[in-house]
Amino acid sequence: MTSGQLEIIAIASLTSAACALVGVFLVLRRMSLVSDAITHSVLLGIVLAFFVTQSTTSPLLLVAAALTGVVTVALVELVTRTRLVREDAAIGLVFPVLFSIGVILVSRYAGSVHLDIDTVLLGELAFAPFDRVHVGGVDLGPAALVTMAVVLAVDVAALTLFWKELKLTTFDPALALSLGLAPTAVTYGLMSLVSLTAVGAFNAVGSILTVALMVAPPAAAYLLSDRLWRVTLLAAAIGVGCAVAGYWLAFVLDASIAGCIAACCGAAFALAWAFAPGRGILAGARRRARQRVDFALAMLAIHLATHEGRPEAEEESRLDRLGAHLRWDEGRIAHVVAAAQRRGLVVEQAGVLALTERGRRLARQAITF
Amino acid sequence: MTALLPLDDYTLRVVVLGAATLGVVAGALGTFAVLRRQALVGDAISHAALPGVALAYLLTGSKSSLLLMIGAALTGFAAVLLVTAVVRTTRVKQDAALGIWLSVFFGVGLVLLTWLQRRPDASQAGLDRFLFGQAATLLREDVVTMAAAGALALLVLLALWKELKVLAFDHEFGATLGLRMRLVDVVLVGLLVVAIVIGLQTVGAVLMASMIVAPAAAARQWTDRLGAMTVLAAAFGALAGALGAVASAEVSRLPTGPTIVVVATALVAVSLLAAPRRGLVARAVRSRRARERLGLAQVLADLAQLEQVHEGPARGHHAATVGAMEQADVLPALVELERRGLVERTPDDRWLLTDRGRSEVSRA
Repeated sequence: MTSGQLEIIAIASLTSAACALVGVFLVLRRMSLVSDAITHSVLLGIVLAFFVTQSTTSPLLLVAAALTGVVTVALVELVTRTRLVREDAAIGLVFPVLFSIGVILVSRYAGSVHLDIDTVLLGELAFAPFDRVHVGGVDLGPAALVTMAVVLAVDVAALTLFWKELKLTTFDPALALSLGLAPTAVTYGLMSLVSLTAVGAFNAVGSILTVALMVAPPAAAYLLSDRLWRVTLLAAAIGVGCAVAGYWLAFVLDASIAGCIAACCGAAFALAWAFAPGRGILAGARRRARQRVDFALAMLAIHLATHEGRPEAEEESRLDRLGAHLRWDEGRIAHVVAAAQRRGLVVEQAGVLALTERGRRLARQAITF
Repeated sequence: MTALLPLDDYTLRVVVLGAATLGVVAGALGTFAVLRRQALVGDAISHAALPGVALAYLLTGSKSSLLLMIGAALTGFAAVLLVTAVVRTTRVKQDAALGIWLSVFFGVGLVLLTWLQRRPDASQAGLDRFLFGQAATLLREDVVTMAAAGALALLVLLALWKELKVLAFDHEFGATLGLRMRLVDVVLVGLLVVAIVIGLQTVGAVLMASMIVAPAAAARQWTDRLGAMTVLAAAFGALAGALGAVASAEVSRLPTGPTIVVVATALVAVSLLAAPRRGLVARAVRSRRARERLGLAQVLADLAQLEQVHEGPARGHHAATVGAMEQADVLPALVELERRGLVERTPDDRWLLTDRGRSEVSRA
């Protein structure tokens, strides 16, 4: 691996981690699509700030672009508050037009903006190592790496400092308000963080794929744990994993790195969706199958217990008559009886089933609440 | 500008027709998406259409717009199915499910596009127009395909008008009527997919969603009737499409999709401000009138109260007295009340309730 490759992987990892950290709160607050809006409108901020500063690396650019993200959120809220359009439509109106203006400016002044449409959509991760930061003649590394390290540090610091506030306003805004915690201020603080992170990520992976980094790893982590801090750490870890896997996938396919990272995010979410312990599709199917068996065993035990010691007991408990009484087909009878025998609920004697003590207990438990 | 035009009238006509067609279909169907609060489902479909375009080209090697549209429709529809499946089987909410699949599908689309671009044969050139749209590349056959698919979608819309109407406003009621609302919902998604796919070549995958939302949101301001809203949205869509396409064809380096979106959003802004009754201007005027009316009634009530407190024959009161009660300059209100014949001014500049004024107060 060359140092260039290592640097690209490092940039991608820092970006993914930063996006996942703020993304957790977007997903939990049902504001995931705000990331869609912010990542798009940030383009306009970057272009406008570039016109003013004439530089692509000025820290002012980062701040100005991040401000556009906050303005977008405020604009969506303003439109929603007229009560003339609903929130989903307001989001769908505001960011496309800001993005459109950005794209138009980029295409009209492409020569002077140092941005092109490919950068807007894909970022310029592959070229990131060529744009380096020097301080006093010392090479500090690629500019994107330095930027993302700063962004990540800001994210981590803000999350650590305001962890309690973020947590409370996310899960119970009413309680937060009554405790004097200004949920609106926290929300706008979070939006500022999202915007700042989106600007950093924009350079690396472009606007639309930033959405993948902000939503997919947190959603996957959300399926894997119930504790907020664990979800947050998991999300960051999944994000970094996707960044590394995506880089190598792109290397093998000779395709866009950002696109491959997004594809890996999708795969990570799909894996969590399928295999998450307790919550995944597989766990759900297994749980349902087990419940089906448990239910059938209980039914069998109740049936046998009801007739136990009565004149019709033998007729009701004969293996070859069970199907008719319980209305189960042959295969199901054989399957359930075998399971019942394995668990020591029934014993068979000359084609007739009898409950064991354990079976009786199960029947009793199943009919008392 | 005309001198620089690389387009003759015929080409321009094709472009305008194409853009208007997509505007009509997206506007009409967008009405239902917006009413159903599914504005952002359109966003997911349009982003997810990109890998379909690339795949269709990869598998068939053809750039026929019909094939590419079919590919786009399939992946667009698949993304919506995945969103629905995630929402139904996990605790992940719709917003996150939309965000995941739209960005992941789009990412896969970009991977396919970049991968195609790096192949030695350059035959894939032109697929990028599906990102931001390029109206100038529309051919007559493309427009015919778009019109045919769009007409089909509009016919289904008409045929299922009643069902879709119930779905948009009260789907639970529809279910109690025995209508198969889930099926109708799937049909609506299918129609949206058609509307979006029609616009891909002109507006592009990134922004096509906006053509679903903007015309419908603009139309909503002018009417409360579903039929009128649908027709109006179609008209707004056509207008935005045509204007944007002409502008982008006439001016160099003006990408079509973004231009159309800017025009469509301008229509929304005008509608939000200027629509009668719902519009912000109309609302401001109305609330100002209401405030004034309230003020007049208050001044009238004050005069009546003064009359009661001061016994004997009514002699009227100075404007300053009433003004002291209201902590405001009430002279304009008194003049207005005089114009309406509810008060009169005595020669010594006092104000007196007329009989009509008194009955007005007791009525209030």
